[in-house]
Amino acid sequence: MGLARFAIRKVSAAMLTIFVIICVNFIIFRIVPGDPVRMMFRDPRVGAEKIQEMYRKFGLSGSLGEQFGAYLRELFLRGDLGFSFARRAPVLEVIVERIPQTLMLILTALIIAVILGTMLGALAGWRTGTKFDSIIITVSLAFYSIPTFIMGIIMLVIFGLMLGLFPMSGMSTIGADLTGWAHVKDVLWHMFLPVGAIVVWYIGEYIIVTRNSMQDVLDQDYIISARAKGIKESAILRRHALRNAILPVVTITGVNVAFAVGGVIEAETVFNWPGVGRLLYDSVMGRDYPVLQGLFLIFAVALVVANLVVDLIYGYIDPRIKVGGGQ
Amino acid sequence: MPRLISVLRSTRKSLKLLLTHRMGVVGVVIFVILAIIVIFGPLMRTVDPIRTGLPENILVPPSAKFWFGTDDLGRDIWSQAILGARIALLVGFLAAIATVAVGTLIGLISGYFGGKIDEVLMRIVDFFMMLPYLPLMIVLAAVLGPSIWNVILVVSITYWPFTARVIRSQVLSLKERAFVESSKSVGASDSLLIFGEIMPNVVPLMFAEAVLMVTWAIYAEAVLAFLGLGDPMTISWGMMLNFAMGSGVMTMAPWWVIPPIVFICATILAFTFLGTAVSDILKPGYREARGL
Repeated sequence: MGLARFAIRKVSAAMLTIFVIICVNFIIFRIVPGDPVRMMFRDPRVGAEKIQEMYRKFGLSGSLGEQFGAYLRELFLRGDLGFSFARRAPVLEVIVERIPQTLMLILTALIIAVILGTMLGALAGWRTGTKFDSIIITVSLAFYSIPTFIMGIIMLVIFGLMLGLFPMSGMSTIGADLTGWAHVKDVLWHMFLPVGAIVVWYIGEYIIVTRNSMQDVLDQDYIISARAKGIKESAILRRHALRNAILPVVTITGVNVAFAVGGVIEAETVFNWPGVGRLLYDSVMGRDYPVLQGLFLIFAVALVVANLVVDLIYGYIDPRIKVGGGQ
Repeated sequence: MPRLISVLRSTRKSLKLLLTHRMGVVGVVIFVILAIIVIFGPLMRTVDPIRTGLPENILVPPSAKFWFGTDDLGRDIWSQAILGARIALLVGFLAAIATVAVGTLIGLISGYFGGKIDEVLMRIVDFFMMLPYLPLMIVLAAVLGPSIWNVILVVSITYWPFTARVIRSQVLSLKERAFVESSKSVGASDSLLIFGEIMPNVVPLMFAEAVLMVTWAIYAEAVLAFLGLGDPMTISWGMMLNFAMGSGVMTMAPWWVIPPIVFICATILAFTFLGTAVSDILKPGYREARGL
């Protein structure tokens, strides 16, 4: 029963956090200097009757309390995040159509970083103190501290500009109208640099964590006894050490979501990748406040949900929570 | 007060210790170079980095006249890069000081008083740490408007919880120590205990946090300026990259982006190395291992 109570507590805490985020999100966009109504609907192309309709719908002519009430009502009853005049579409629609492209980048980068990072980290930990180890560690620390947008521009200049190996912007060749396999290849080709910039940044942490975990594992009795039995080194690495050393990798993958968001926004901006990160940049440039407000809400809620999922998985795995009710 | 002086003395000793750490040395060397650039920048063959140049000086490759070439408005990139160091370090240091000051105050109060106050403050800290930091900074910078003071404010709002957390856990263990107990028993007030007895003992930790915050603040300034949220009248390295990417002619002038990239990377690496060195030195047993 402990697990159920643990889950209920975590879910209600997450819901409370989301509610506070909604409040904060409402308040932040009231800091905008000048009349918030004007700032949100200042596009001259918008007709007077449309503005009146929006005023009514969002209660923007009323007091701050009424405005907040209207904001909550639209959000919860209709799932309405407002209307982007710059894009002439509902905010939710504008954001949702960008999400798949962003997930494509994050997931690809994550998979590559996890696989390569654990392999390199395990090898470095296996050969602690060697030249290979010290090079790997220094390079990962350096890569990990360089911001993704800087790494993106470096890759853009070297591989896009100087070597001309990869396209420098967008998701597919403009005007090529490719279909089927040719289109897939075209997209993969465009993905290479943005994914590369994110991977370079993710991978450092995976390498360092796996390496340290590998060093801990190698001191364990079962490895020493396996060695004593005369089992081949490569077999020890594969069958005994690696399997135990990758456990912390699972942990950091969950914790890293918050930082992942930052890297993706930077990479999408540099490479003009049509995802939510580039949408954020374009909305900042166009001062499209309704989209900006919607994006912040989506990012924050996504993080809360991701953290909740990680917590629940932990609760399921960790026997102490199952038995003790998580006290 | 004598305790504060002794802490300062040990801080100076820690600075000497930095030079026994390999990463510390690299960090100190780059830092000294940056300090020279910041102080003597105007004397280093620099011109006004904002004023548009002559038409014939547009996109000139590096030459004897323009060491790092010029941008699409004929402005000297060498001057922009050298004078940009001032913005990066100004924002970096002021934001770090503001962040560590706020974070330390909250951490001291939370850790010292405990109970309900601690619970409420830590809830707020948890909430802030849960927010996506980059979208938060972008949204705040967008609504506050472009200025380096707003960048400093945004950085402090985003990062203070991290310092508060670290300081609080240190205070929790400090307040159980004998010297705090003995001052308490002779009737010292809460504020004297917090600022006179406990705070001097978290100074080394505040220093380590400040180094980390400088790194984050320099990154934050660069990324916000790059995303077009900096003050266009103050040219920083991030702003140079923003101009280059936005100019549409970056493909014709690769020399344009190299100086800001090198400066940003060198600065961030220097403070990362310094941070690693400082936290290594603060670990118990570091001096003993080196016979110091």
